[in-house]
Amino acid sequence: MSTITAPTHDTSTKSKNLVEMNWDPITRIVGSLGIFTKIDFGNRRVAECHSTSSIFRGYSIFMKGKDPRDAHFITSRICGICGDNHATCATYAQNMAFGVRPPAMAEWIVNLGEAAEYMFDHNIFQDNLVGVDFCEQMVKETNPGVYAKAEKTQSPHANLHGYRTIADIMKALNPFTGSFYREALQMSRMTREMFCLMEGRHVHPSTLYPGGVGTVPTIQLFTDYIVRLMKYVEFMKKVVPLHDDLFDFFYEALPGYEEVGKRRVLLGCWGSFNDPAVCDYTYKNMTEWGRAMYVTPGVVVDGKLVTTDLVDINLNIRILLGSSFYDDWQNSETFVKNDPLGNPVDKHHPWNQTTIPRPQKRDFGGKYTWVMSPRWFDKRTGDHLALDTGGGPIARLWATALAGLVDIGYIKATGNSVKMYLPKTTSLPEVEFEWKVPKWSNAIERDRARTYFQVYAACCALHFAEQALEELHSGRTRTWNEFKVPEEAIGCGFHEAVRGVLSHHVVIRKGKIANYHPYPPTPWNANPRDVYGTPGPYEDAVQNTPIFEENGPDKFKGIDIMRAVRSFDPCLPCGVHMYLGNGKVLETRHSPMFGVGV
Amino acid sequence: MATETVPYGRVTQKAPAVSDVHIVWITAGLGCDGDSVSVTAATQPSIEDVLLGAIPGLPRVHLHNPVLAYENGDDFLKFWYEAEKGKLDPFVLVVEGSIPNERIKKEGYWAALGTNPNTGQPITTNEWIDRLAPKAVAVIACGTCATYGGIHAMEGNPTGCMGLADYLGWNWISKAGLPIVNVPGCPVQPDNFMETVLYLLYQVAGRAPMIPLDDQLRPTWLFGKTVHEGCDRAGYYEQGDFAEVYGSPKCIVKLGCWGPVVNCNVPKRGWMAGVGGCPNVGGICIGCTMPGFPDKFMPFMDEPPGAKISTGAVGAYGRTISTLRTLTQATCNKEPKWRHPRPELTTGYHPRSY
Repeated sequence: MSTITAPTHDTSTKSKNLVEMNWDPITRIVGSLGIFTKIDFGNRRVAECHSTSSIFRGYSIFMKGKDPRDAHFITSRICGICGDNHATCATYAQNMAFGVRPPAMAEWIVNLGEAAEYMFDHNIFQDNLVGVDFCEQMVKETNPGVYAKAEKTQSPHANLHGYRTIADIMKALNPFTGSFYREALQMSRMTREMFCLMEGRHVHPSTLYPGGVGTVPTIQLFTDYIVRLMKYVEFMKKVVPLHDDLFDFFYEALPGYEEVGKRRVLLGCWGSFNDPAVCDYTYKNMTEWGRAMYVTPGVVVDGKLVTTDLVDINLNIRILLGSSFYDDWQNSETFVKNDPLGNPVDKHHPWNQTTIPRPQKRDFGGKYTWVMSPRWFDKRTGDHLALDTGGGPIARLWATALAGLVDIGYIKATGNSVKMYLPKTTSLPEVEFEWKVPKWSNAIERDRARTYFQVYAACCALHFAEQALEELHSGRTRTWNEFKVPEEAIGCGFHEAVRGVLSHHVVIRKGKIANYHPYPPTPWNANPRDVYGTPGPYEDAVQNTPIFEENGPDKFKGIDIMRAVRSFDPCLPCGVHMYLGNGKVLETRHSPMFGVGV
Repeated sequence: MATETVPYGRVTQKAPAVSDVHIVWITAGLGCDGDSVSVTAATQPSIEDVLLGAIPGLPRVHLHNPVLAYENGDDFLKFWYEAEKGKLDPFVLVVEGSIPNERIKKEGYWAALGTNPNTGQPITTNEWIDRLAPKAVAVIACGTCATYGGIHAMEGNPTGCMGLADYLGWNWISKAGLPIVNVPGCPVQPDNFMETVLYLLYQVAGRAPMIPLDDQLRPTWLFGKTVHEGCDRAGYYEQGDFAEVYGSPKCIVKLGCWGPVVNCNVPKRGWMAGVGGCPNVGGICIGCTMPGFPDKFMPFMDEPPGAKISTGAVGAYGRTISTLRTLTQATCNKEPKWRHPRPELTTGYHPRSY
């Protein structure tokens, strides 16, 4: 059955004057990524785009035969900025497989730690990595006209953040010399201290275990966390208007900028933050406790919320091949025929995947990537949807807003927006922010959502701290429940890594790991054309992105492409090679050569 | 009018032996970039302290790390080519991530960075190490993957990866006479790494002698003591008081902690700014600074083999001593008898004037 999601752009390669422009490596991301494009300078568009990443490590291979209790320590090392998201997701899968439910106190401690991770990671990525694409130095080098305008534009909310003009904001974002750049770097340390209080150390936690945590809950522990949290709350009251002013300025100064990095609304969110009153980690009750999560799981297609059911989400995950360095596993064993509720499980579901790597030469016309193509099977249409996470926050806020389930006072999902309340802090009064579902899934809105989600995480933390203190004052300080590793079991964990959907699927045989497949967000975002011909999200988003940069081919930085790519918060340590489209050189006028007169 | 005078105290300021040093940081081993991220958490010194010249007497430092760099693509990689040509001297090479074994297969690559202009194929990380290590004044392996292979080098792995000293040779010496400097940790503890970088800058500036390293090439002042020697729960161990469940504040050696045999200072200095850590905050030590990591410590949650004997041996002594201490402590918890509001002085002083 044909599953090509029709691209909304013209992929004809008949036009002349395509200039080959490559950026390898892409910097200011985590991991290894190279972007190879063909730019149509005449029509000022990206005509074609390939992207590759160059690291393969083989977790699914070397985890076979290992003790299942080690899975969270090992999988944490998948990622060096969000490894704790992996460790947490692994403990969710372990809890299900081992049949253990942690005490409520443990759940609040994990939630507080994960909230701190979001507060840390979005902050450092937005203002120390992405922010450099919007800083004075960069804007002067790529769009001097825009910078000149920025110098004359008053910031609408200067009274809230203190930067009088948009140019002042841009100066403050200069790497290392900018005042806001340095303030953000310091905030990233304080938020990591909050994380360390709950999960021991960053990025690879020491105090997480299946069955609960080893963190000792005391008055001191929560006081130390709350004091830092309130400093972050005060900080965010100025960061939201600062970014709103900056992003709105780009729409105004460069009409049409909404087209940069735009693609069809196809978002996935697997939910985050379990409610210990509801979550028992059984597959049987997963639909119910999934919906009780403080970030609601959901799939959004063309603006419509298609499901919030984790069982439904689970069963329809498909891992497809196409342009990757692997052999298919059609002839390998089927580990799981039916899920615990009796539903059939597909051969291309992670429970049944066998990883058979076949390293070979890179060939853009054939196979050239280490990544597979995760897709979500839409029962309504038979399509294998190339969902994206938009870097995480936009999908989380969109699904949560539409579901209308979350209401903790500090946060209220209204059906088309999310309200977020921050109480009075040292020098600033209470504030309620509202994130509204945007018109587009594009670079600017992904970036804007990231700032709002920093607030969301802070609001969650305020609630979690209150719950944890109540457990403490009631004397319920146990943080771990015993378990025994079964001989045969399966489990799955669903979580939101900072950048989006994260799932861990485990099969246990004879008390050891027989199969283990983590699916982090980047393979969902950055995968190649699959076997049905469906292109991956990066292709949609980057290809046909218009060029606003004022430089010609000789000094071209590709800043609009970089903003589009970085809006997805690419995180490549999972060994992703991405392919974004077919490339045939029609006419190369200029190929920037490494280190030679560029 | 008086001419501008040089302040007297300027005699204290000595120019470094070299004015500028470049740091070429390869993250393209088989890694997770966790060590680069960790370094942004450091405060003693912080990365901006080093780059903005907060500490006097040191060379100006130019950092080329892909996670933080302003430049992109070829603009960024040109520093690699310049270093190879000798145009970036002196430079320190930092390597992060396990070193793959590219010789175990017929074609393809496990890890690469940039594209070879002649072949159109990616340039392997190993080839970059071959090109750059001989030109560097010092080579630092950052994190356990680069020092000893780490997680990706566990039993059953498909890439055959290893640490940098396995690849270059444990007796490898740089052109300036330095051995490989290993700063392990998974990830590396933030201040441990920045403190080592600061030391090497002093050494390159001519103000410190050869960095002292142990036989695993680790800085001795950072890795010379065990986790157990620095853990604030060691007192429980001495009193034979061991945790039975995770979440207890007591010694967790029976729950999987390898502290007594692991070279690491994390429980002593905390993870960052004195906050967090491992067994000191309830996280079993899994030996992540050690060459034997992870295989020699798995399954992590099992009691280490020696612990049964040692906890048994200390049990009898510990229980006895803590009972005796309880008695002494009870005495110390009572004030001396002479502190009372009665109208008589019983402190031992005999006044003659009142």
